Amino acid sequence: MKMRVLQAVLVAALTLFPTWGLSAQAKVIVGVLHLGSVKDAGYNQASHDAVLVLKKNIPGITVLEAENVPESADAERVIEQMINKGATIIFAHSFGYQDPTLNVAKKYPNVTFLHAGGFKDAPNFGTYWGNNFEGMYLAGIAAGAATKTGKLGFIIGFPIPNILASVNAFELGAKTVNPKVTTTLTIDNSFNDSVKEAASVGALADAGADVIACFVDSPITVIKTAEARGLKSIGFWSAALRAFAPKGWLTGIVMNWGDIYTQEVKEVMAKTWKPSHIVGGIESPIVTLAEYGPSVSADTKAKIAAAKADIISGKLAVFTGPLKDNTGKEVFPAGKTGGADLLNVTNWLVEGVVGTIQ
Amino acid sequence: MSTGFVEGWLAGTIQASAPIFYAALGETVVERSGLINLGVEGTMLVGASSSFAVTSLTGSPVAGLATGALAGALFNLILAPLVLWRRANQLACGLALMFLGAGLSAFYGQSFVGAPVNGFDVVPIPFLETIPFAGPILFQQDALVYFMAPSAVLVWWLLARTRWGLQLRAVGEDRLVAFAAGTRPHLLRVQALLLGGLFAGVAGAHLSLAIAHSWTEGLTAGRGFIAVSLVIFAAWSPLRVLPGALLFGGALALQIQLQARGAAVSPFLLDMLPYLMTLVVLVLLRKSSRGRMPEGLKEVFESPKGS
Repeated sequence: MKMRVLQAVLVAALTLFPTWGLSAQAKVIVGVLHLGSVKDAGYNQASHDAVLVLKKNIPGITVLEAENVPESADAERVIEQMINKGATIIFAHSFGYQDPTLNVAKKYPNVTFLHAGGFKDAPNFGTYWGNNFEGMYLAGIAAGAATKTGKLGFIIGFPIPNILASVNAFELGAKTVNPKVTTTLTIDNSFNDSVKEAASVGALADAGADVIACFVDSPITVIKTAEARGLKSIGFWSAALRAFAPKGWLTGIVMNWGDIYTQEVKEVMAKTWKPSHIVGGIESPIVTLAEYGPSVSADTKAKIAAAKADIISGKLAVFTGPLKDNTGKEVFPAGKTGGADLLNVTNWLVEGVVGTIQ
Repeated sequence: MSTGFVEGWLAGTIQASAPIFYAALGETVVERSGLINLGVEGTMLVGASSSFAVTSLTGSPVAGLATGALAGALFNLILAPLVLWRRANQLACGLALMFLGAGLSAFYGQSFVGAPVNGFDVVPIPFLETIPFAGPILFQQDALVYFMAPSAVLVWWLLARTRWGLQLRAVGEDRLVAFAAGTRPHLLRVQALLLGGLFAGVAGAHLSLAIAHSWTEGLTAGRGFIAVSLVIFAAWSPLRVLPGALLFGGALALQIQLQARGAAVSPFLLDMLPYLMTLVVLVLLRKSSRGRMPEGLKEVFESPKGS
């Protein structure tokens, strides 16, 4: 653990070095905290890509990045160091940074803090997230059309509401093209245990699944193992994943944080920024689908495009009653629809998902 | 395409057991020399990241494996001056080694995260793989799996049938008597640490090159500690490490197989299975295996003898 801290500090220090001696001119300095390596083709790379977009959109901006920052009091120290080096905007891009970031926010009222996916508030603390389940619904259509066995596999880190909503949306999307399709869930109890992820892909394939989706920090292992087993795969977080599955790749949900980062920084610079909870869905640039793989048919692409248009126009809600959970209990009565709040409250698996979350 | 539950589970068991097996086999040699290295986890991580890095640079998983084994051996060597010459507390040194390995592997592995690598793929054994049931389980595995049984026999032969092994075991029982009999305890223990590290490095390479085909920080996720307890379970016998590793591998593979088959069992309870098994086994075997514990090892846990 200590090495991780040291490493994070070193990376931060090295990034900071060029800013020493340039203090006179008023330049905007932004600090970004990453949970892991920015080359993970996953969660952290998506955030690093956003930094690149931010640098392009706002010329002259300085961005301090720190990788491998633990979700603990260590994060507070990294943030404070960034502030000491002149950062006035901090992006804390992981759920577990919520409390450490709030602690620092209280001490520095003149610095603006933005947190990924949180639910707490402060006058100088806002949050941003993407409605990933809308993307998963569309990816589910691609998966449902691709499966020959009628069995999809979904590997997740933890059964938390945001992820369960994604799993449910994936199954619902798949059902629109293949009413009998099922999604088997495996829970790894870790967002980054590659060894378990590889074993999960193997076990799901053994059980007959021929399309694999996942919600883990770095899907590289899942995508590579699926490709080696001749399975189709659905990516998540970053478009860079596609390179790991030239044959089996169907599509992936790509989270583009660049526009949100740019918008927030511009608002802070213009002094119009107000704390808010931003959640962008498939209508926003935040949630997009990656390029399709070679096996996705024109018909499937058309169905996905139509569903996307209907979601954006409000004609279609991903969660529309009547819906039963996978124990047969009705969770949504006929006519009821669910919105982005499901990201925070989903604690059930929709009918057709095979798995247990208790 | 789909495979039966038992077949899938057993094939998964063998794959999951390989890294624990190699790490425990190496640790068996170390402990037979009267030392204990609690830092196997760190050595495995160093082996995993260095083998992955070299495979990514050279494109050769064999070169990667060799590097991982060498790196593991050299990394274990860090313990030698501490516990042999300085007589520092072995348990504390082992834990320090674990943290050092975790940090070092993360630091140097950082630039290889996400590197495309062709590791060890499944190498089906012609003809044998077509045997119903046993074929897919035993003969559709990666190369490192096929070397498990030969490695166990090799280490057993080294320890039980060679002069070197006799001397090593003598040092493990009583280094003063062994010294008086003309052996060189420090040299033998250094050799044991090297061999132990070599196997732990191979174990790490199996994780990164054969199972995950990727490197992430903390890839071992506690498997090094399972390996240490496995040595006790195997009563310090290299041959018993193999069935022991399969038992633990079976527990690791079971929870994933059950979930993939849609069994209505809590994934959280299933996740505890390997660790629960570790505890149960240690309690059950405590008495019977105690007699087989190298005498020199007892010094580590009980009152020091001699010095």
